[in-house]
Amino acid sequence: MNNMMIIGQYVPGNSLVHRLDPRMKITIIFLFVIFVFFANNVASYSILTVFAIITTAVTRIPFRFILKGLTPVWFLIIFTFILHLIVTKEGTVLFELLGFKLYTGALIQGFAISLRFFLLILITSLLTLTTTPIEITDAIEDMLHPLKKIKFPVHELALMMSISLRFIPTLLQETDKISKAQASRGVDFRTGPIKERLKAVVPLLVPLFVSAFKRAEELAMAMEARGYQGGEGRSKLRQLKIERIDIFVLSLFILVIAGLFLTRNY
Amino acid sequence: MREKFIEFRNVSFRYGDEQPWVLENVSFEIYKDEWVAIIGHNGSGKSTIAKLMNGLLYPQEGEIIINGLPVNDQHVWEVRRQVGMVFQNPDNQFVGTTVQDDVAFGMENRGVPREEMTKRIGEVLKAVRMEDYLLTEPHRLSGGQKQRVAIASVLAINPNVLILDEATAMLDPRGRKEIMQTVADIQAKNEISLITITHDLQEVVQAERVIVMNAGKVWDEATPREIFTKKDELREIGLDVPFIALLADELKHNDVSIINEPLNHGELLEELWTLHSKM
Repeated sequence: MNNMMIIGQYVPGNSLVHRLDPRMKITIIFLFVIFVFFANNVASYSILTVFAIITTAVTRIPFRFILKGLTPVWFLIIFTFILHLIVTKEGTVLFELLGFKLYTGALIQGFAISLRFFLLILITSLLTLTTTPIEITDAIEDMLHPLKKIKFPVHELALMMSISLRFIPTLLQETDKISKAQASRGVDFRTGPIKERLKAVVPLLVPLFVSAFKRAEELAMAMEARGYQGGEGRSKLRQLKIERIDIFVLSLFILVIAGLFLTRNY
Repeated sequence: MREKFIEFRNVSFRYGDEQPWVLENVSFEIYKDEWVAIIGHNGSGKSTIAKLMNGLLYPQEGEIIINGLPVNDQHVWEVRRQVGMVFQNPDNQFVGTTVQDDVAFGMENRGVPREEMTKRIGEVLKAVRMEDYLLTEPHRLSGGQKQRVAIASVLAINPNVLILDEATAMLDPRGRKEIMQTVADIQAKNEISLITITHDLQEVVQAERVIVMNAGKVWDEATPREIFTKKDELREIGLDVPFIALLADELKHNDVSIINEPLNHGELLEELWTLHSKM
């Protein structure tokens, strides 16, 4: 069926951001999400915005593509903006209409919060746009490694994630097959009232679940036959390595944060 | 005398205490570097035999010896290293997110160092002619390709025995042919015993020896040629006799003398065109 299927929203590429160690990307994004809240004037916001835009440009992912991915959150951003216009009552009155007063403070505040929101979403979506799900899994496994000391099943969690990722396309193909088989038997998935359409999903889900259980059983057997006995003493084919480029990008990011703290108001 | 590699000694197995016996008093031997086909219709116990060889199941009675080791809790991991297994469903045994990850899975389980893994992956994928698909995801591969990757994954850990448990049953004729060619190739080039489990008589012709299972018992043990002469009995236990064997039979009934039981088109042709000179 659909041969161009991509899991998540990964856009293949070979840019600097694509090649960065996924752990480094997660760390930087995590820090960025925190530091966005420290910006409080034009200069500090500009620094963060410029950083975000340059990073986006470096990925070479078309900007339109990214904006399209942000459509569901546009509503939230605009909503926050309007809410601030109404609620905030600081600064001087800009104009008055039917008893409603628009303050300068409201405009500034609304704009700042919306921008903050936009930056947060833009930067975090860059992670999934430039990193394959399996890389993210590897990074999470590696970063959660210290939790092993308190008996947190890090390896099992990562294995579960990677097996789920591997089976998503398989199960999608199967869903497609079952829905065609049921449609050929007269099940109507597309028309009729919502209630009827929801009912039509049952003959789709039941066979899908039955087969998923059967797959799980067979997969467990195949894994055991190939010598799987848990995470102990396992080696790994995929290895993450911090390269010079990662250190370079981290230093750059530290400079940006330093700039932020130098310019913000106290 | 060839070296014994797998030995079943009076093995009986059932899935639960109240269940009927799946295998009853089964004994046979498989030698080093031998190609044995185990054949039987559904429910004859042939797949259970495969799982017993690998320690996925343990027998209630009798003993199974693999390369001198009894299959039990103590030796099961060593046994699984020596006995590799490919299952029926190409999708449900593909663990990795890409071909190379899947081939690595068995080696990762055994803690093989990374450099060696990369080297082995290249070697075994070449052996199954899948070296161009290193980074391909499973849903972009055909069933036959997935089964070839499964074979490569098993070969990666250098097993002494390769078991194909109905590995071609879910493939189209082309995929089936690919797999049979691949394993024949591997068996010729490596010191490895090959056990193919199937319900298709067509697939046993390349084997050196055939074990026919019926209702949990060893029904017969012979060369493919000998097995092919027992058409009526085979049909009685629910196996489809290949067309060539049937044709040879009809020819015999019509007084065409066929001396060697033919296994494939080529052999029958050989019998027929030399017919006149033999008379």
